[in-house]
Amino acid sequence: MAPLDELKIGGMGASRRRVEDNRFIRGKGRYVDDIVLPGMLHVEILRSPVAHARIKSIDTSAAWEVPGVRLVMTGETMAARNLAWMPTLSYDTQAVLATDKVRFQGQEVAAVVADNPYIARDALDKIVVEYEQLPVIVNPIQAQSPDAPLIRDDKENQTSNKIFDWEIGDKEATDRAFAQADVVSKIDLHYPRSHPSPLETCGSIADYDRSSGKLTVYMTSQAPHIVRAAVAMVAELPEHMIRIISPDLGGGFGNKVPIYPGYVISILASILTERPVKWVEDKSSNLISTGFGRDVYLEGELALRKDGKILGMRMHTISDHGAFFADAQPTKFKIGLMHSTFACYDIPTGHLVSEGYYTNKAPGGVAYRCSFRVTEAMFFQERMMHAAANDLGMDQAEFRRVNLVRDDMFPYRTAFGFLTDSGQYEKCLDVGLEAIGYSTFKQEQEEARKRGKLLGIGISTMTEPLGAGNSREYDIIGIKMFDSAELRVHMTGKAILRTGAKTQGQGHETTWAQIVAHELGIPADDIVVEEGDTDTAPFGMGTYASRSTPVAGAAVAMASRKIRAKARKIAAHLLEVSEEDIEWELGRFYVRGNQERGVTIQDCALAAYSNVPDGLEPGLENTSYYDPPNLTWPFAAYFCKVEVDAQTGVWDVLNFVAVDDCGVRINPMIVEGQVMGGLTEAYAMANMQYMTFDEEGNCIGANYMDYLIPTSWETPGFELHEVVTPCPHHPIGAKGVGECATVAGPAAFVNAVMSAIEHTGVRNVDMPLMPNRVYQALQTGQDVSGMPPVLSD
Amino acid sequence: MTSLYDEVQAAPAAGVEVRRITVNVNGTDRTVDVEPRLLLAHLLRQALQLTGTHSGCDTSGCGACTVLMDGRPVKSCTVLAVQANGREVETVEGLATASELHPIQEGFKEEHGLQCGFCTPGMMLSAKALLERNPDPTEDEVRWALSGNLCRCTGYQNIVKSVLWAAKKMREQNQEA
Amino acid sequence: MYPSRFSYDAPTSVEEVIAILDQNGGEAKVLAGGQSLIPMLKLRFASPARVVDINGIPGLEYHRVDPDGTLRIGALCRHEDLEFSKILGNFPTLSQASSLVADPIVRTRGTFVGSLCHADPQGDWSATMIALGGKIIAQGPNGRREIKARDFVLGPFVNALAFNEVAVEAIVPPAKGKALGGYLKLERRVGDFATASVAVALDVDGDIVTRAGCALAGVGGRTIDANDAISVLVGKSLNSESIKEAAEAVAAAAEPRTDHRGSSSYKRHIVETFVTRILSNIANSEQKAA
Repeated sequence: MAPLDELKIGGMGASRRRVEDNRFIRGKGRYVDDIVLPGMLHVEILRSPVAHARIKSIDTSAAWEVPGVRLVMTGETMAARNLAWMPTLSYDTQAVLATDKVRFQGQEVAAVVADNPYIARDALDKIVVEYEQLPVIVNPIQAQSPDAPLIRDDKENQTSNKIFDWEIGDKEATDRAFAQADVVSKIDLHYPRSHPSPLETCGSIADYDRSSGKLTVYMTSQAPHIVRAAVAMVAELPEHMIRIISPDLGGGFGNKVPIYPGYVISILASILTERPVKWVEDKSSNLISTGFGRDVYLEGELALRKDGKILGMRMHTISDHGAFFADAQPTKFKIGLMHSTFACYDIPTGHLVSEGYYTNKAPGGVAYRCSFRVTEAMFFQERMMHAAANDLGMDQAEFRRVNLVRDDMFPYRTAFGFLTDSGQYEKCLDVGLEAIGYSTFKQEQEEARKRGKLLGIGISTMTEPLGAGNSREYDIIGIKMFDSAELRVHMTGKAILRTGAKTQGQGHETTWAQIVAHELGIPADDIVVEEGDTDTAPFGMGTYASRSTPVAGAAVAMASRKIRAKARKIAAHLLEVSEEDIEWELGRFYVRGNQERGVTIQDCALAAYSNVPDGLEPGLENTSYYDPPNLTWPFAAYFCKVEVDAQTGVWDVLNFVAVDDCGVRINPMIVEGQVMGGLTEAYAMANMQYMTFDEEGNCIGANYMDYLIPTSWETPGFELHEVVTPCPHHPIGAKGVGECATVAGPAAFVNAVMSAIEHTGVRNVDMPLMPNRVYQALQTGQDVSGMPPVLSD
Repeated sequence: MTSLYDEVQAAPAAGVEVRRITVNVNGTDRTVDVEPRLLLAHLLRQALQLTGTHSGCDTSGCGACTVLMDGRPVKSCTVLAVQANGREVETVEGLATASELHPIQEGFKEEHGLQCGFCTPGMMLSAKALLERNPDPTEDEVRWALSGNLCRCTGYQNIVKSVLWAAKKMREQNQEA
Repeated sequence: MYPSRFSYDAPTSVEEVIAILDQNGGEAKVLAGGQSLIPMLKLRFASPARVVDINGIPGLEYHRVDPDGTLRIGALCRHEDLEFSKILGNFPTLSQASSLVADPIVRTRGTFVGSLCHADPQGDWSATMIALGGKIIAQGPNGRREIKARDFVLGPFVNALAFNEVAVEAIVPPAKGKALGGYLKLERRVGDFATASVAVALDVDGDIVTRAGCALAGVGGRTIDANDAISVLVGKSLNSESIKEAAEAVAAAAEPRTDHRGSSSYKRHIVETFVTRILSNIANSEQKAA
């Protein structure tokens, strides 16, 4: 018998076309807003126009009079049910509907439930709120001032606007390293506030059935099981009476991890009206109130030896978390995995101090397409690397080569305690340098400069920790970070697979089946994948931090292997030999020494329901929980070539080369799609996508006219390369990849632009590198720092 | 009457103006009573249950709600339903026949031109309008024509490839015909 | 985002439109392409009692060039009609601007005349019309009148129409001699409003400029009329000296404000750069042609 061709059955390595596309291309996706339940009502939310104010009064009487209005809710309505405040994922609290003060522009103040959203919106206009304005804090520098108004006066023992102090590393050893340095390279940086802004906003439909006591909520959630646990705690409903269904998601990027007031409002509204209640926010509400990303200031220093060796690193970050500390992150780590910075470099010691502050801005600090703030960590790292190479007068590529962890150093313990386990960093560097034409660039750059053209090249190399847990170190509100898969093989050899992850466009319905195909030889087309329904899916922590393949994907492999182990017993029974005499090849067991005598996995499946050996349970199903032994450590090396228009500051990408080593690729087509998408968000942040605030706390960037997302026209093309170093501890050797490009990408663009303009003496332009900022740097030779001002004359 | 029983609606609230409109949607005339302020996107999604047309933003900035009106792409969140009276509207649901996908749909699947799928219907309809006007576009022409439709997942590169794939297939089909 | 309630009319003649506007005493809004008005209704920045949809009026979609070279653009001519037009050869300023207005989907619907009426200080078309010395035909209860484009925009989002008038046509006069021009816009991405943009229109006899027009968007509280500034070119040929002089004069006419798109001095610099580029491009292509 010819062995099965794994690529033909859609197994590992096949660029299998996506199963989910069949519905999306027909407009048959089912997103929250597409769902209509009988008798459904609609809720619209009134938001604060001001950033900091005491609420003196709310008059809702006229709103109640609008025909079609069923319910008007305020903080009082919530407070009567003990729901005015809810816990956040970072052990803080967040107001659901404001009772005392509003603390950021766009905060939820009241809600109207009506027969349709037009009527609900009409009624919002009839609500009169009297505010007494308070002084406003719009950045963490202001928040530190002893005269600053106290934003969180609701919290006992909170006497300042500081949320946390956190430090890691060895201060004394770091001080010694700096004392021994030939050169100390110092740079101050700001990673501006950004917003993940998935095209689909957040929304929910709550459906409380009083007769059964069951609450069903359709919700835009990347982590429905966490929501179920949280709702059980907040709403004091028994967990088995809560069903969270996360249907198709129109993107997530971290924005759909937290629990938002709108969800809670729709739930209480359904309980009070005994009707299904839909809440779907508009784009402005999404941008102005839901989880943002970044907003961190850094003071960074590297201790350098003349030959380029980095002796130590010292970093101090100050981060802006908005009015409520609602970061999505593992709870032990106050500023996420910021200390994974410099993990790809061999640096003996380092010290990181982080401070977090409340401000009158939207809450969050979600990991926007990254693993718990590693985007900031790696951006700072690569900007510091760029500045340090310049300070040493050393070539950018050479400086990285000197410091990258070598292949023979794995497993490697970083200065901040992470264990990286695999990679071919230098090879990735070389592949990229070759592809971008690095060796001839300097000459090109000089010749172009003579013709008045400014060319630049930027490099960004990094490894990042993807795939939390392990459960020893990572949890969210106490729930340990692992994941799960449940595989049921039916008697005809077809199967259904469910996991605790939740796809948002990553293609789980396609790739999970490929893992099963690889492990069992069941054609991928014979496997249906379901996610997102807490009543049917096994408990899992959801999809973010590039954790699906590292954790849930591993669980899929393990569940498949356990099924194979059981099938082996059945095969021995069918073949009438002992289990020890059974061999496996893809999709088939055979008798050792007689390859012709065998049974397929499908034969075993049928037998599992019709001809089970004595003493063996019938059926062919397994649920696996996977607790990874370590994070996975993909490596990315990105190279960008730009031309800057000296007269306008406009810059164009001439060429972009991405080399990614994410271990074994389950579906290369999907991996490449992830990389290109991530690079586009990186380009967006480097160039135009940011959110700023004026002194009064007015958000500039709360709609798609001000919050700029690049179109097909500006977005450059990307040239992709791969290097494969399998992950040593992952069952199929895969590493996370969804976020590498967003994490490592921005520094490649910024370093390229800096390379084109730093002959003027400028050392740093903070993102966004809008034309006016680049031009200013070119003209003055001075740094351009911080957020773009809103209006200054 | 379209069914045995139609609920007799209560008279609209005093002062609420209602217009009866007939819109040809994907080849079928649909007659609906609407308030003038109803947006075309909401007519399609809510009254006609054609939920393939997505609402992405409020400011005509994203193109997720793009449909074809009399053959040209429009942002259906920026057209009043009453304005579609007497016109032909094509939505994503009208692209495929019962048995066959439109080449643009095939192209998007073949070239991995979508991830979350939210921008996809609007993208495909903009692409359709482009290919009707220009059956053999360059990459730049495709990028230009799609620049009113935002995508957050794909980085556009594969979307462009999808449209070029479809253009080629459509040209081949035309030659055969 | 849901608009407030309004009444709706879809008249089929301009006269009906005027009658409705007249009866409603300023409470009615004309709806043409709707690409600015409908977002404003959704945001409830505008809540007119009545919306008068002129899309059902036949015969307003045209744009045509009269035998004498006058360009006439009807009230329902869409941006994309101009973008794909084959008859704008003598109107390079317009044809260059036509693909830079908003984004391709907005351009299928939005109208040239509607955009003029919207009077957005960052609007592209107003700048081109002022540079070209264009006019707007307004029709009201007492018949038609012509309003020069430079007098049409009174301030941000304020035009010169009376409440009972509707703009039915825009007119661009023919060039005296050869028509040259250009339009450059600094936008951060497709669909962004202009950080700064420059429209230039020249009539040239031989290599001598006989008429020079210029207007700017994004660099003032309204479209900036820089016709006087660029008139330094009249009677001269385009060379580095005259170009420099014109660019400096136009830049001085800008009234930019510092905001998150850039400082006032940056915007002024962009104006100067763009005037220089447009004029240099013209000079270069004329040289090549000669």
